[in-house]
Amino acid sequence: MHKYLEQQLETHFNLFKLWHCNSSIAEFLKTHQGNTIRAVVGLDKIDLRKCEEKGIRVANTPDVLTDDVADLAIGLILGVLRRICASDEYVRIGKWKDADFGLATKFSGKSVGIVGLGRIGTAIAKRAEAFGCSISYFSRSQKPFANYKFYSNIIDLATSCQILIVACALTEETRHIINREVIDALGPKGILINIGRGAHVDETELVSALLEGRLGGAGLDVYENEPEVPEELLGLGNVVLQPHVGSDTVETSDAMADLVISNLKAHFSNKPLLTPVI
Amino acid sequence: MGVSNTDSDKTQEEEQQDLPKVVLLRPPPAFSLIGEESFASNKFQFLKTYDSQLPLDQFLSTHSHSIKAILSSAGAPVNADILQLLPEVGLVVTTSAGLNHVDIPECRRRGIKIANAGHVYSDDVADLAVGLLIDVLRKVSASDRYVRQGLWADKGNYPHGSKLGGKRTGIVGLGNIGYEVAKRLEAFGCVVSYNSRKKKPYVSYPFYHNVCELAANCDALIICCGLSDETRHMINKPVLSALGKEGFIVNIGRGDIIDEKEMVSCLMRGEIAGAGLDVFENEPNVRKEFFAMDNVVLSPHRAVFTPESLKDLSQLVVGNLEAFLSNKPLLSEYVDNE
Repeated sequence: MHKYLEQQLETHFNLFKLWHCNSSIAEFLKTHQGNTIRAVVGLDKIDLRKCEEKGIRVANTPDVLTDDVADLAIGLILGVLRRICASDEYVRIGKWKDADFGLATKFSGKSVGIVGLGRIGTAIAKRAEAFGCSISYFSRSQKPFANYKFYSNIIDLATSCQILIVACALTEETRHIINREVIDALGPKGILINIGRGAHVDETELVSALLEGRLGGAGLDVYENEPEVPEELLGLGNVVLQPHVGSDTVETSDAMADLVISNLKAHFSNKPLLTPVI
Repeated sequence: MGVSNTDSDKTQEEEQQDLPKVVLLRPPPAFSLIGEESFASNKFQFLKTYDSQLPLDQFLSTHSHSIKAILSSAGAPVNADILQLLPEVGLVVTTSAGLNHVDIPECRRRGIKIANAGHVYSDDVADLAVGLLIDVLRKVSASDRYVRQGLWADKGNYPHGSKLGGKRTGIVGLGNIGYEVAKRLEAFGCVVSYNSRKKKPYVSYPFYHNVCELAANCDALIICCGLSDETRHMINKPVLSALGKEGFIVNIGRGDIIDEKEMVSCLMRGEIAGAGLDVFENEPNVRKEFFAMDNVVLSPHRAVFTPESLKDLSQLVVGNLEAFLSNKPLLSEYVDNE
C-alpha cells in the first residue's frame, strides 16, 4: 500500500490490515465490522452485485489517474517504436563504441486505434493528435462528441491502424478481446499497447505472434498473471515491459489517497460519497 | 557517314564522368542506413575522398576543377583549409540540421551557399525529446530492466515515478524543433516556457532572457538549440543548481551544450533528479558513471535515424543539389539571421 495512504488511514481511522492477520478472511471480518473502499479505478475485482445486495457502498478513484495512464501509453509507444529502452541497454553494455544502433520507426503521423474511448482513451487520443497521428476507435457505441473515425468492429479497427491501444474496462465482453484474429489484423508492422488489464489480451497468442514476427511489437503494463511475465518476452527487443505502473506516480498516488480519505470521511459522517460507484 | 564523337555517342560512363561532382569527406550515416541509391541523381556524381588512397589535399586538388559542391555530415569539418582547395565549390549541403562543423563565415566570404536538413527531422527529434522525458520521469527503461531481470516477482513494485502533467518545462532554443517539442508537451498538460537568442513574436509561451532564470522556474529543461560558441557549456553548474534536485534535463541538441562532467557530479550527488540524453561530449564514448544510474536514459545519438526521416532527407539533399546545379532556388537554404 502507498505509504502516504497508509499514514492517512491510520491517522483518521481504525485501520485493519487484512494481509497482516493470521486468521482466515471470513473469521477476520466476523470479528471486525466495516465497509470496504478500494483505491483503484478498475472495478473488475469487486463483486458489485454482492455489494449492492448487502448495502455495501463502493467508491473508486476515477479521473485522478487518467493523465498518468495516458502518458504511459504514449511512453510505451515511443519506447517500442523508437526503441528507446533497447538503445538505452545498448549504450549501457558498451555496444555503441563498436557500432551504431540502427533504425527505429517514426511515431509522428502514424495511425492510432483506440479500444475504448472512455476518459483514458480520450486522453490518449488528445496526446497522439499532438504528434499528428490519425485517430480511430472501437467502442460499445459511437461517441457523439468524438471527432474520430468509429469502427463498430475491432478487426476493422486493427486492420486500419498501425498502433492499437487497449484502454477499455475489463468486463465479460472484453475478456480476451485482443485475440489471434485481432493480432493478425494488426500485422507484422503493427504495435499493441496494453494499459488496460492483462485479461484483455490472449497472452499466449500475443507471445506466439511476437515470436513468429506476425506482430511488430508490444508495450505492456499489464499481464494475465501478475507479477509473472511470460518468459519468452523477457529477451525480445521489440517489447517494452512495465510492472503495472500506469498510475504509479507520487503525485497521483497521493491524489488517489486523498480521494480515498475524503470518501471515507464522507461515509462516516453520513455525507454523500464524492466518487460513488454504488 | 563519318564517325564523330557527338554527345549522343558518348557511353554512359563517359556521360557520368562529365557530370559535376559532389565531394564527400566521410560516408554519411544515412548511406549505410537506407542505402546510397536514395541519394542518386543523373545530374551529379559523388566523389568519395574516403575511397581513395591519396591524401586528402592531393585528392581534392586533383579533382578541384570538377567539384561543384560538398555533401557534408557531422564529424568531417568543412573549414577554410578544405574550401581553399576547392575554388569551384558553390554549395555545401549537410545531412544534419546543425551546422557547427561548417565554417559559415568562410563560406559567406567565398560566396558559397549552405543548405542543411531544414525541417525534415523536426518531428522525429521532437518525438524523441518527449520520449526521453516520459522515460526518465516515469522510469520506463529502468522498470523495463527491472521486469526483465525477474525482480517484479521477487522484490515487488518498482518505486513510483513522477507525473508529467502540470510540469513546468523549459525549452532551451525555440527553433523549429523546440516549437514541435512545445506543441507536444502542451497536450500532456505541461506548462511551457523558453529561452532563445531572441524572443519569438509569434508564440505566447513566457520568455526568459537567460537560461539560469528559465531553469529556476522549471521542473524540466529540454535542450533544443544548436551548438555554437555562445551555447558551448551553456548548461553549467549555476544552471544545474537553479534546476534543482527535483529537476530533470533532456538533451537532443549537442553534447557540448552541457558541462557533462558537472552534470554527472550533480546526478551523483542528487542535485538534479535525472536526465535523458541523446548526445554526449565524446561520442560514442559515454562516461561510465552513467551506466550505474537508473535515473538517466541513454540514447546513442539517433534522434533522426528512422527510415521516414532519412528518406525525406535524401530527397531534400538531392533536391538541393539539383536545384543548385540548374541555378534554381535551394529547397532549404540556411540563412544566418534566425
